[in-house]
Amino acid sequence: MIKQNKAKKAFLSETLDPFFVSAAQLAQFGWRSIREAVYPPFEFQETFRQCYLIGVNSFPLVGFTGLILGLVLVLQSQPTLVEFGAGSYLPAMSSISIIREVGPLVTALICAGKIGSGISAEIGSMKVTEQIDAMEVSGTNPFKFLVATRIMACMLMIPILCIYADMLALMGAFLGTNITGTINFNFFFNRVFEALHFTDVFPSFIKTFIFGFAIGLVGCTKGYHSQNGTEGVGMSANESVVVAMLSVIVIDLVVTQISGMLGYI
Amino acid sequence: MENAITSEKPVAQDDKKGEPVIIVEHLKKNFGEKVVLSDFNLIVNKGESMVVMGRSGIGKTVLIKCIIGLLKPDGGTLKVFGKDISKITRRDLDLLRLNIGFVFQSSALYDSMTIRQNLEFPLRRQKIKPMKGDLNKLVRESLISVGLENTIDLMPSELSGGMRKRIGIARSLILKPEIVLYDEPTTGLDPITSKEIINLIMDLQHQSNTTSIIITHDVELAKQASNHIVFVMDGIAYMQGTYEELVKTEDPKVKPFFE
Ligand SMILES: Nc1ncnc2c1ncn2[C@@H]1O[C@H](COP(=O)(O)OP(=O)(O)OP(=O)(O)O)[C@@H](O)[C@H]1O
Ligand SMILES: [Mg+2]
Repeated sequence: MIKQNKAKKAFLSETLDPFFVSAAQLAQFGWRSIREAVYPPFEFQETFRQCYLIGVNSFPLVGFTGLILGLVLVLQSQPTLVEFGAGSYLPAMSSISIIREVGPLVTALICAGKIGSGISAEIGSMKVTEQIDAMEVSGTNPFKFLVATRIMACMLMIPILCIYADMLALMGAFLGTNITGTINFNFFFNRVFEALHFTDVFPSFIKTFIFGFAIGLVGCTKGYHSQNGTEGVGMSANESVVVAMLSVIVIDLVVTQISGMLGYI
Repeated sequence: MENAITSEKPVAQDDKKGEPVIIVEHLKKNFGEKVVLSDFNLIVNKGESMVVMGRSGIGKTVLIKCIIGLLKPDGGTLKVFGKDISKITRRDLDLLRLNIGFVFQSSALYDSMTIRQNLEFPLRRQKIKPMKGDLNKLVRESLISVGLENTIDLMPSELSGGMRKRIGIARSLILKPEIVLYDEPTTGLDPITSKEIINLIMDLQHQSNTTSIIITHDVELAKQASNHIVFVMDGIAYMQGTYEELVKTEDPKVKPFFE
């Protein structure tokens, strides 16, 4: 009986400890990055460089996914809508679902995979090969130079990537509607923007900043805590993707709830 | 141990070199259960070059990482330029570090930057950044001093281990620091290059009166560049003295190093 209890305890602590450790690391890193970001010296140059790298590497993938997403959304829902005689709602439906939910969420998930793992692997390998130590002895605060800049870059670039994906998804939706019937470009986009209200756009825009913060933070935290040489770098990159995706989904839920409570639905 | 000068006695009294710049007192460092340094004492005076020897895995790298504040000691005090490393603020520590060069055992070059950018990095991190022309000049000069002027636009991954080591040395010296901590600067180099590096270290010391701590297994380097040698063992400064003194020792643990 005692043995069983012990085993249970060991099992619990083995599964729970990493969770709490990782949650504590994230909280500590999050707090520190906010604190360090507001004090000079600011690393503008490095932040711009990171923005450029994140942007250039992600625009093609995010754009392509957005386009296909809009296209498929329309192709799938058109028959049903037409059946109920609601075919004319197609532009409104696609704009609301893309801008409010699908566009930001899918973009953030892609970025969690692509950007999160990249950041984590880069910082992790710098950590295990002592490059971070080398920065530190050059009188540079690696936290400011590596972590704060990357989190900032994610917070700036992921909203932009989301807007870009939304735009291409709407283009995809237009193409989709155009495959079956011909519909005027102006007419389609008039209907799209008619359907959108501030209460649709605002929460989803705010959400993308939080996604950016979470992705950057998770990538940096996991990378910075890499251990056990190169093997650890792979593991932390992997973990960072899992944690970043989970956080994106949880943030999505929380923001939707809060904006619902505030009457933004 | 009879003829050894133990750590209780202050070092380098005979040297007319100047005031102590690095003072290590009762330094303790352990990793979990494993005790690496138990009661380490060391004084390095201005302009002196202290060679640290000892078996692999004994804690030499840990010692100099504590001195520059990369590792937090578990006990004892560490003073550099009269400032207690574990008590000063982050900003002061960063300023202090601009005055200390650190040559990593693993070179630790920035993989994502070219050699030029690697060398420019410490220069750009200063309060007053040098002009573009000066930057170029300094980078070229330091590359010439390690004999690698034609690697300037290569990436670190395109260099051999020994070349990387030399770039690492050049990067640590580019700010002309007053203290340089070398972690095995000549390991893995051929005898000729190794000689050049020894000369570089000695020139630096004579020209700018640099204080240095040099970790090495290279007896030639110890013989030529050291004012003092400290032999690390069992977590303490087991034996200290000049090269001539240590060569003559009969201690069975130290003797093999000088044969
Ligand atoms: N980050 C660390 N975590 C745990 N143990 C460590 C860590 N760094 C060093 N050690 C341990 O401390 C001891 C001393 O290591 P150190 O790197 O100082 O050896 P060294 O004297 O420099 O050896 P070498 O001549 O091979 O470089 C080693 O036994 C090592 O296992
Ligand atoms: Mg070592």
